[in-house]
Amino acid sequence: MKKLVSILMALVMLLGSAAAVAEGSVSTDGSTSMEKVIGALGEYFTEENKGVNFTYNPTGSGSGIAAVLEGRCDIGLSSRDLKDAERESGLVETVLAYDGIAIIVHPENPVSDLSLENIAKIYTGEIANWKEVGGADAEIVLIGREAGSGTRDGFETITGTNDACQYRQELTSTGDVITAVSQNPAAIGYASLAALKDTVKAVSVEGVVPSEETVKDGSYRVQRPFVLVTRKDVPLSETAQKFFDFATSADAAWIISLAGAVSAADTPAAE
Amino acid sequence: MKKRRLFETAMHGLFLLLGLIAVGFVLLITVYLIVSGIPAIRRIGLIRFLFGTKWASTAAEPSFGILPFILTSVYGTAGAVLIGVPIGFLTAVYLSKVANAKVRAIMENAVSLLAGIPSVVYGLVGMLVLVPGIRKLFGVPDGSSLLAAIIVLSVMILPSIIKVSMAALDAVPKEYEDASLALGATPIETYFRVSVPAAKSGIAAAVVLGVGRAIGEAMAVMMVSGNVPNMPSMFESVRFLTTAVASEMAYSSGLQQQALFSIALVLFLFIMLINACLNFFLKRNKEG
Repeated sequence: MKKLVSILMALVMLLGSAAAVAEGSVSTDGSTSMEKVIGALGEYFTEENKGVNFTYNPTGSGSGIAAVLEGRCDIGLSSRDLKDAERESGLVETVLAYDGIAIIVHPENPVSDLSLENIAKIYTGEIANWKEVGGADAEIVLIGREAGSGTRDGFETITGTNDACQYRQELTSTGDVITAVSQNPAAIGYASLAALKDTVKAVSVEGVVPSEETVKDGSYRVQRPFVLVTRKDVPLSETAQKFFDFATSADAAWIISLAGAVSAADTPAAE
Repeated sequence: MKKRRLFETAMHGLFLLLGLIAVGFVLLITVYLIVSGIPAIRRIGLIRFLFGTKWASTAAEPSFGILPFILTSVYGTAGAVLIGVPIGFLTAVYLSKVANAKVRAIMENAVSLLAGIPSVVYGLVGMLVLVPGIRKLFGVPDGSSLLAAIIVLSVMILPSIIKVSMAALDAVPKEYEDASLALGATPIETYFRVSVPAAKSGIAAAVVLGVGRAIGEAMAVMMVSGNVPNMPSMFESVRFLTTAVASEMAYSSGLQQQALFSIALVLFLFIMLINACLNFFLKRNKEG
């Protein structure tokens, strides 16, 4: 029994390591919010370099960081800055792009602008009715992401509402948040700007409409970094390094912007 | 001759090995769950873990109380059984005893189809139809609630209740019913006074199976229940044991992740308990 298990595990490990050392492969793992950006970059990269095997495993920022630390992937993807403990464990972060987090409401909601302060008050329950911010007389339904989500962490950090949000719903994906908000006229939610759909309305914050330009010049305040995570002591494979250089270069900026985020290489002001 | 015996022995060994694979996985999962589930419970403290009412796993001062999840799972399952069992049981009586062969064939197929629908589809329909429906019907600010989860679960457990109850009712010897009818009982009297009591342990097994399905479901309830760790209440957003694990596992780390394994362990114990009940009823069924 024990022997069988160990044989099976050895086989799996053999297969796993064989895939990792195979020439011409780049494996990425992490943030689900980065799916569009990394997918577009990967597609373009494999188009330019035929035969390269590019993989992206959408597991979430925390899992991606753990994966790169354990050597299960070449590049970890995180939609938040590394924590101190993660930096101390030998990881390096490189900002790839900036992502605006859009504050979304139902299309029929008359409210179209909120201040950062009011957003924080709404999410902590201090403002509980839409009429207090110029909307209809209806109880505000707060929709957010699950604990540990990069988007939630980004939103709560930016608005200063860490651990204080009185959510009515905690959903596990950006798509679910958008669907839930589109179903309820009294709902408010937050979602990655890159993933926004027509079924919901993005409100402006402090009078600034969320868009690529306003995120890039920093005037739209609800934004966060998309980070590539690598190991300090272990050099990337040749192919992975090539991808890393390509993705962080100004050449890739148009691909990133096509995917709805703003390349960091193109925004010296935001350093 | 010797060669043949060798072959027999070899085949015997092969079958044993194949059989052991399934057992091996069960053991592996059990051991893994216990090993990874115990540390967090020891760090948090069993009482504080099981009876704590506040879950804030990523807060600056995290607290890991899973009583809301346990109660939600218990209430949710009880609610689903309360709605699902009468419907499923009466459907089974109708299909097994009353319906003619054609109706039975069609409805049996429909029930099988219901069993084959993936849980994510139940969740999706619940999210787009049931949740807005509850919001409008009851005038609550948001329809994602324990009630929505109970309704979805009660539909999901129907197939197992109907099918197992039907099998039990079909197995009641025809002579019992004939005797009852010959004594002047009406058909309905016969079904409920003779057939159902004769099949009662099989029907009990059906209910337990439904409970098992309801308590273990994650995907569908995650999409309709709102997932906020509140203490359970009919129109509030709630989180089940299953969804507590599923919704936070992807991004978790450290003690939070260990605590999620501990929740899985608690869920596992619940399921074992339900399985033990099931075995008890099935055994009685065989003996009776």
